[in-house]
Amino acid sequence: MTAPLIELRHIGKSFAAVRALDDVSLSIGRGEIHCLAGENGSGKSTLIKVISGIWQPDQGEILMDGQKMEGLTPRSAIAHGVQVIYQDFSLFPNLSVAENLALSSELHEGRKLVSWRRVRQIAAEAIAKLGVDLDLDALVETLPTAGKQLVAIARALMSDPHLLIMDEPTTALTGREVEALFRVVRDIQGRGIAVLFVSHKMREMLEISERLTVIRSGRVVAAGPISEFDEARITRAMTGQEIAAEGYRWTGDPRGKPLLEVAALSIPGQLENIALRIMPGEIVGVSGLLGSGRTELALALFGMKPGYEGRVRIDGREVRLDSVQEAIGHGIAYVPEDRLTEGLFLTQTIDRNMLVTSHDRLSRGGIMQGGRAAREAAEMIREMAIATPTGDRPVTQLSGGNQQRVVIGRWLLNDPRLLILNGPTVGVDVGSKAGIHRKIRELAQSRGLGVLMISDDLPELMDNCNRILVLHRGRLVSDTPAAETNEAKLSELLGALA
Amino acid sequence: MTAIAQRLRRVDTNLLQLVVLTVLIFAGMAALNPERFLRPYVFESITFIAPELGLLAIAMMVAMLTGGIDLSVIAIANLSCILAGLFFHQVGAPRGPDLVNLPWPMVAAGIGIALGTGLAAGAVNGLLITRLRVTPILATIGTGQVFTGICLVLTGGPAVVGFPRLWGQIGNGTAFGIAMPLVVFLIVAGLVWFLLSRTAFGINLALIGTNAKAAAFAGLRTGRTVFLSYVLTGGLASIAGILLSGRTNAAKSDYGVSYLLQAVLIAVLAGTNPAGGRGSVPGIILALVALMLLSSGLQIMRFSNFLVDLIWGGFLLLSIALAAWRNRVR
Amino acid sequence: MKSLALTLRRHPEWMVAAVLVVAVLTIGLINPVFWQPANIFSLLRASVITGILALAVLLVMLSGGIDVSFPAFAIAAMYLTVKAMIAWGFDGVLLPFAMATAIGIGLGLVNAVFVHHLRMIPLIVTLGTGTAVRGFILGVVGTSQINIDQMPPLLIDFARQDLFTVTQGDGSAAGLSAMVLVYAVIALGVHLMLRHTMMGRSIYALGGGEEAARRVGFNTRRTTFFIYGLAGALAGFAGLLHGAMIWTANPRDMVGLELDVIAAVVLGGASIFGGRGSVIGTMLGVLTLVVITNSLIILGVDTTWQRVVVGLIVIAATAVTAWRDRKRIA
Repeated sequence: MTAPLIELRHIGKSFAAVRALDDVSLSIGRGEIHCLAGENGSGKSTLIKVISGIWQPDQGEILMDGQKMEGLTPRSAIAHGVQVIYQDFSLFPNLSVAENLALSSELHEGRKLVSWRRVRQIAAEAIAKLGVDLDLDALVETLPTAGKQLVAIARALMSDPHLLIMDEPTTALTGREVEALFRVVRDIQGRGIAVLFVSHKMREMLEISERLTVIRSGRVVAAGPISEFDEARITRAMTGQEIAAEGYRWTGDPRGKPLLEVAALSIPGQLENIALRIMPGEIVGVSGLLGSGRTELALALFGMKPGYEGRVRIDGREVRLDSVQEAIGHGIAYVPEDRLTEGLFLTQTIDRNMLVTSHDRLSRGGIMQGGRAAREAAEMIREMAIATPTGDRPVTQLSGGNQQRVVIGRWLLNDPRLLILNGPTVGVDVGSKAGIHRKIRELAQSRGLGVLMISDDLPELMDNCNRILVLHRGRLVSDTPAAETNEAKLSELLGALA
Repeated sequence: MTAIAQRLRRVDTNLLQLVVLTVLIFAGMAALNPERFLRPYVFESITFIAPELGLLAIAMMVAMLTGGIDLSVIAIANLSCILAGLFFHQVGAPRGPDLVNLPWPMVAAGIGIALGTGLAAGAVNGLLITRLRVTPILATIGTGQVFTGICLVLTGGPAVVGFPRLWGQIGNGTAFGIAMPLVVFLIVAGLVWFLLSRTAFGINLALIGTNAKAAAFAGLRTGRTVFLSYVLTGGLASIAGILLSGRTNAAKSDYGVSYLLQAVLIAVLAGTNPAGGRGSVPGIILALVALMLLSSGLQIMRFSNFLVDLIWGGFLLLSIALAAWRNRVR
Repeated sequence: MKSLALTLRRHPEWMVAAVLVVAVLTIGLINPVFWQPANIFSLLRASVITGILALAVLLVMLSGGIDVSFPAFAIAAMYLTVKAMIAWGFDGVLLPFAMATAIGIGLGLVNAVFVHHLRMIPLIVTLGTGTAVRGFILGVVGTSQINIDQMPPLLIDFARQDLFTVTQGDGSAAGLSAMVLVYAVIALGVHLMLRHTMMGRSIYALGGGEEAARRVGFNTRRTTFFIYGLAGALAGFAGLLHGAMIWTANPRDMVGLELDVIAAVVLGGASIFGGRGSVIGTMLGVLTLVVITNSLIILGVDTTWQRVVVGLIVIAATAVTAWRDRKRIA
């Protein structure tokens, strides 16, 4: 038997006091599609960086073709045929496709001068190799995401790698583009190139990979051929949680006054004729592939899509939501998808992060009432069980879960009527996740808060929502009580849409 | 108790360093010029000259708070007092007792013109930056040229000389034995300090400077707030212009050009983050005192103004190096 | 509209070329004197120094920075070189230009150290180095102007050469300065470097994304040092050429020139966010600015309006660039 292409043995890596990787072993054979699964923060990216030589492991060894590698660097990893396609693709938006493709090979050949004929030739070859059609003279910034990804893949293939690592390649793709990507990946595999597919999406893993390794909190928790896995087992491995037997039950009066009624909501090219109702105390899940319009729906309700067509009623009164301020004024709160770039003020204190939505309420004549503000922040820190002695610490010192509690807590201070959560527990550790779910259900039940929960994580929706909507290409294609559906049905539906 | 101590320690490392720097400069200058430095006159003259620079530095800090910069502050200051000066020459006389003895309502109107000019100029910057989304550097380079150009067109080049006596009082007079400019500076600095640390507007500014996207998602009116910060910057610049013209009894299109670097230097030395999100008035005051002591000391030692410029520029580079080193250690 | 934005993004030169054509035709129509060879030649001559300096600024802007130190570097190189020539009794052309260029490189590398190693915003770094260098020249080296009677004659003779002369309608002769050729050769060199060497492409790559450039394997440190070193070299060379062309070495010269040069580069379509801009666009931007500002007189507009015009050009050009790039930033 030949040695595997790459073998990691008992890899350990720590940053300060944090153990990012702990006793991780993994092997990838030639021409194998291997999936590395794990939630955000599980250690996936650290592992990629160890394989690609950016970081040196503290313990353990890396073998390539059965040979032990000492002091792997990015350069030597590339020389051994390891290519990484990062989530952001690392392309140059201001340069042409041809140049993006040819630059690195020209660079690695140590050339000093650029021959534009050779650049085009190299690029044309690279594109032909991948078997796709791209305008070589187009500026990369003008390409859609899928096009940029093809450029990145074509560039990576130019150096004839043995292993291609793709970091969350499907994140920004639509269903159709994901299918196209999978065809490309299988084609790459057909040439004997192994692909390490890093993802946290179940459906993809089951569809594309041959072997699966799941890591959680820096440890391998499950590994084996894909045939040994089903969705439930992957979820269990990724989250460390059993799927709760019983979901959220809404006990309100179905004939009561709806909290939110949306009729014929349309935004050209984004949403089409959406109609939905949310009753007080309901938790409504929204599922759909990327590009399905789920984030656009949330943004429209939060006043970030001014000029939408359609009618929105809150508590029976018709309202226009043409600015964030109006939406907030009508009791709508939004917890955005990307906590770090859209949610938090990282260098500021917990208190300031918490109180940002309350400035108007807490000030008189523009002057902040310091005492009241401090009291309210402290109360909310207690209520949301945020792990910090005081609120004047920088918010960066909190874990992902606690940071998310700050973002949710800031809205609760305003006593909202409708809470929109976009990916409420992305990048949150397991223990904290359950706590956040408990809190959301409790808020819906006790305060009569309506919740719209957008998530990729079907078990999360099944677990916490009483009703689940499915969006596809801007249209609402399904609206089912959670009790009448299950994960398998939903995922089948989503798969059929792709 | 420990919480308070911790808080003090954290908040004030930068201020503490500034205090140490100020004391060191003071001691150094006193040691180098024991005879001439420790005289009331030296400190008195600082209280007349420092305020105009201090106001410009505060203006610069306010612009930097949202990650911007205002390179037009000097032009705004000059334009404001040139317009006020031309107004006085119109309603009084180009010179003589009619001008000198203009009654206070006229002088108040002149102050209104100067302030209004500053606010309007700031509004132009704010509109360019928030509405047309021009980068602050280029927008204020451009408007700075235009404002200076308007000064030139209005005056034809030479200085507007001669201001009413009451106007001169603002730059040269004293109140309760304290230099009038210092009084103006302390009041304005106090107001800005209050605005930045105790009002929703000020806190919003720091939050927008930290993460503009998150601020929009939290429902802050980012465009309006940034716009108002440039209006404030323009207003502060025009007050600096009033002090400058009051002190020198003249206004000219190219006065105070070297103040631009000094204002940036003081803002950066005071711990303002030019990328946005951090800046404070007490820091500005300490940095201002430190650098004024330094330049007075150097002038006593007969350093030319050019050498003082060299040292200011060197200080700016040094403070960048120090900040980089601090971040690395952290 | 969309396709216009796209065209502008791909070929920003077209916009400035159109502006230039419109400006030339309008001015020529209002006053036919514009078309006289003497006027055309003097406009070309006037764009030499601004043009070489604009190439320096272009390099820095391509990498995503901005430079305001180059006039000080140019003056320092010029004044130090001429002083040295006088002190050593040396006259010539090649060696002095080599010396001025070397001084520029040295100073440019100081900028590079601060920008690359201390990670400070280029505007603030270059504000500091520019002020310090000017302070050093005026405070330590000297403040006196070196006039034609003391200037090294060979240097002046070099700059005095004409490429050719034509006889105008009124019988007077008009010559095209050979320095235009020097400028064209330098511009061609920079163009070839940017377009056809890996170093040139690495400058664009750095401006497109520093992290991406590093991942692909570019040595961003070497690129940064090259950019600021070459920008310094161009500034130093332009400084001495300027002195030679006006037959004087004035250490107080070129104050405020950075604004005109930045205006020209921005007008030429370069983006302050880096990665966008070309030598052709920059040269057209310089020529447009020179044509407009120098034609105010023959248009019968008072020269005091010059700054207003430059400022409005900066604002208009940046507003258009911001509109062009709005999608990318959003």
